[in-house]
Amino acid sequence: MAMTTSQRARMSKTIQIGIFVIAIVAVIAAVDWDKTAYAFFSFDKLGPMFPDMILIGLKNTIFYTIISFAFGLVLGLILALMKMASFAPYRWFATAFIEFFRGIPAILVLLAFGFGLPQAFGTNWPQPVNVMFALGLVSSAYIAETLRAGLQAVPKGQTEAARSLGMPAWRAMVTIVIPQAFKIVLPPMTNEIILLTKDTSLAFILGASFAQYEMTKFGRDGISSLDAGITPLVVAGLFYLVITIPLSLVARKLESRSARTQR
Amino acid sequence: MTTPNNELRVKASGVDIAGLRKSYGSNEVLKGIDLTVKPGEVVCLIGPSGSGKSTLLRCVNLLEQPNGGTIHVAGFETTDPEVNLDKMRQNVGMVFQQFNLFPHLTVLENCTVAQLKVLKRSKNDAEKTARENLERVGLGDFGGRYPDQLSGGQQQRVAIARALSMEPTLMLFDEPTSALDPETVGEVLSIMKNLAKSGMTMLVVTHEMSFAKEVADRVVFMDGGVVVEEGKAVEVIGNPQQPRTQDFLRRVLDPTHVDI
Repeated sequence: MAMTTSQRARMSKTIQIGIFVIAIVAVIAAVDWDKTAYAFFSFDKLGPMFPDMILIGLKNTIFYTIISFAFGLVLGLILALMKMASFAPYRWFATAFIEFFRGIPAILVLLAFGFGLPQAFGTNWPQPVNVMFALGLVSSAYIAETLRAGLQAVPKGQTEAARSLGMPAWRAMVTIVIPQAFKIVLPPMTNEIILLTKDTSLAFILGASFAQYEMTKFGRDGISSLDAGITPLVVAGLFYLVITIPLSLVARKLESRSARTQR
Repeated sequence: MTTPNNELRVKASGVDIAGLRKSYGSNEVLKGIDLTVKPGEVVCLIGPSGSGKSTLLRCVNLLEQPNGGTIHVAGFETTDPEVNLDKMRQNVGMVFQQFNLFPHLTVLENCTVAQLKVLKRSKNDAEKTARENLERVGLGDFGGRYPDQLSGGQQQRVAIARALSMEPTLMLFDEPTSALDPETVGEVLSIMKNLAKSGMTMLVVTHEMSFAKEVADRVVFMDGGVVVEEGKAVEVIGNPQQPRTQDFLRRVLDPTHVDI
């Protein structure tokens, strides 16, 4: 039985709509809505979580993200420059460092800082410092690769033009190459900050005083202390979006503003 | 040396190249080049692609590191390992085939950035010099634009103004019109012609034979990493003596004439 192209298209659309409707009806029928509402959406019982969730949890999540990123950025820049160095041992070290910290779970590094270093060296740093070093180390490995790719994506002619105007190598780097590389690395860097924001949720593993709690810790505590299913975690998740979505929007704005000067 | 306009007078320096050698791996691209450019002289380097003329030019301000020979330029011996390369390059302007303007800076900033950061001039002085040179290339009103808002010819003129803003005593041009649309080639060549008239020392790698013939004091024909023939522009281009020069010029001047 031959069908015309338009008949076939109509048929295909009908089938798609049919499957979609059946799937929705099946889910509605199968799910126990009372239990689901209790487990995920018991927002009315969350009163005791606030305002600490925001004043302490949100604040600490942002704070841990910023200090970890700052440390990771400085270290990442150093590693990127080492990776491009003419002195081979620098390149070897940077490569080994990057492969190591990119390849192991962040939680292991956190544990090493929280429990390993105090045993080995008697360090007794406050929790935020441990978080900053651990997450900063991990993110520096990713940041280094991003920065190196960004710096190398700036055409060689830019450096040549700068050098031929009498700029020393470091000046050409700072004034000509890095500002252009910045625009190239902006999107992957935004990703990195978003990943880091979420990784701060691992900080609970080190144990902390109440004033050091971040959002996931509040969510976890809420599960046991409030009779609200996992709704506290749902709320924690929503608050992560409160941080990460504006970050994406700002990055997109910066990107489109600099699009003109990017060829 | 005649100067048509006093305000455009430049102090010029020369180039002295002796026994210059350059290899990439086992591929020797410059096989012992001797070349002198006197202060105020305009010399065009011509030759087929791969003849080493761009490499020679890039060796002059040490964008390429020579493997042998000596280069004296603007009072510096660039091949001396102790030489201050940045100081030397402040005196040697360079214009590239691909313009290489800084895309994140405005036209005016392109012309001031090295004055500010290298020569440590005040912002006022730097902008004054930049504006004078932008006027000189006919782009006085374009200071606030970004490079990608300009045509290729305009970008190359900015690149010339950028180099001139450092007040060099010598200018290197590396195929400055090869990346341009045909209709914008003329505006760049006429700027270069004026620059030559002002007494600037110029070493120009080019395929523009009419420019070479009209503007150059001397033409140097290179092929296979050696200087094959050099002399007065009208003689080398109008009446070449070497078979390789004759062959090259025949193909360049009449592209439809091909020996198959």
